[in-house]
Amino acid sequence: MTAISIKDLSVTFRDKRGTTFQALSAINLEIRSGEVLSLIGHSGCGKSTLLNTIAGLLPSARGQVICGGKPVTGPGPDRAMVFQNHALLPWKTCLENVELGVRHVFRDASLREIRNRAMMALDLVHLSHASDKFPAEISGGMKQRVGIARAVAVDPGVLLLDEPFGALDALTKASLQDELLQIIEKGKSTVVMVTHDIDEAIYLSDRVVAMTNGPDARIGNIFPIDIARPRDRIALAKDADAIRNREGLIKFLFDSQRPRAKIA
Amino acid sequence: MVRSFLAARPWIATVAILGIFLGCWQLATMPPRLTNAQNSEYARMTGASDGGQKSPLPTPVDVVHRSVELGRTFFDHSNTNNLGLAWHILYSMGRVAIGFFFAMIVAIPLGFLLGLIPYFGKAVNPFIQILKPISPLAWMPLALYTLKDSGAAMIFIIFICAIWPMLINTAAGAAAVRSEWTYVSRVFGLRPMEHIRNVVLPASVPMILTGIRISIGVAWFVIVAAEMVGAQSGIGYFIWNEWNNLQISSMVVAIVLIGGIGLVLDLGLKKIGDTLSYRE
Repeated sequence: MTAISIKDLSVTFRDKRGTTFQALSAINLEIRSGEVLSLIGHSGCGKSTLLNTIAGLLPSARGQVICGGKPVTGPGPDRAMVFQNHALLPWKTCLENVELGVRHVFRDASLREIRNRAMMALDLVHLSHASDKFPAEISGGMKQRVGIARAVAVDPGVLLLDEPFGALDALTKASLQDELLQIIEKGKSTVVMVTHDIDEAIYLSDRVVAMTNGPDARIGNIFPIDIARPRDRIALAKDADAIRNREGLIKFLFDSQRPRAKIA
Repeated sequence: MVRSFLAARPWIATVAILGIFLGCWQLATMPPRLTNAQNSEYARMTGASDGGQKSPLPTPVDVVHRSVELGRTFFDHSNTNNLGLAWHILYSMGRVAIGFFFAMIVAIPLGFLLGLIPYFGKAVNPFIQILKPISPLAWMPLALYTLKDSGAAMIFIIFICAIWPMLINTAAGAAAVRSEWTYVSRVFGLRPMEHIRNVVLPASVPMILTGIRISIGVAWFVIVAAEMVGAQSGIGYFIWNEWNNLQISSMVVAIVLIGGIGLVLDLGLKKIGDTLSYRE
């Protein structure tokens, strides 16, 4: 079953002088229900733009995104988002941050139901002990986990992640990837993730979509990662399939898609 | 040893600077000691006192004496023409408080509207830019003529000078809510009023409080000048009145008091700001 279907999508930006900039063009992609899909590419290639368009935060210039059978016209809690720099509200505690989403998505829920749901989400990312802490009082990795809890708490059909671990150190990143993998395997949601980390993409995804450089970015290649779950990080390092995909991705990103040299 | 001891305690240098300043002041204003009796007689004939030519400026010691005298009558209100200094301060602070309060209840809601509706903000901006640089005292005659009451005119002056920093800061704070926070509201389906209550309002608190702090500072500045021109009470009037009486020591006492009160107001507001603002 198809969760998200992207048809002939183009996205353009207009700057202050009125000149238009074609960020994405002719994107066609079918994302299966329950699939984990990574978007990978050089910075500025438009992978975040594609994610934001799926989220409904950006309008499309042409074509459309269809999610759950309906065209996307704006953001909605069926497509919850984990932001690049956590985007927690610093004046709310971790629990309040998670509750904010729950409260406005499940409008008929009682205060107790809201609290329970938020606590369960925090528990899922092993942060129930920090529920009363403010974002300023916890580490970067913990903040990102609260961001994941906030998105997961609203039971979204689609989970969108925008470079969720980009700002974290390697060890924190690895443990958060494992946590995310557990959450994904527990729930049945479809996941679309933007990343620039090849190993992360292979470890987490069912398919990796490599994008060409912008402007006018397109889908360059799609790498299916047919490795059984649950996955093992160590075994993956020796897995022939993983190694081949890794090579293919490196070749694509660093050979054919070198960032264009600036003309002096 | 000594060096590191001093380096860790900058307040020692503060005290030293104050000491040097007071010493220089004392030396510069001290009556010169006379050595020649003839000179003394000459001086007396020309009208000077026996102590030689006294400087027109008071010495620090004179100021301390005067402040003790003023302290003795600090809360005195038996004679309405000669109120204690506390009452003058109270009048000034009361005017600042009332004018500031009116400025705040206009500036903060209006600032939110300007910040949240860019079209409205752009439309109103020229008026703000024209009105903002006008010295509050320029309004004084007009205010006295229109309001026909010096108390109301004072409050209007404070209102008109305190409104701009709060208005501009509130508008800037409301307009500059980070796009990622706005995205959060949109993804989780917050309605406009919910977005304002949960995101815009708390996000602009630090900017609003900075505006309030600047406004209070400006108001405290302006009240002194305004009272010199148009009031029969208040710390500004007190200075002007003592100037007319050539009580220069009193003026110096009042000046130091104005600085001290300004400092306390600012520190107090900073403290409130730090408690109410979020940390990142």
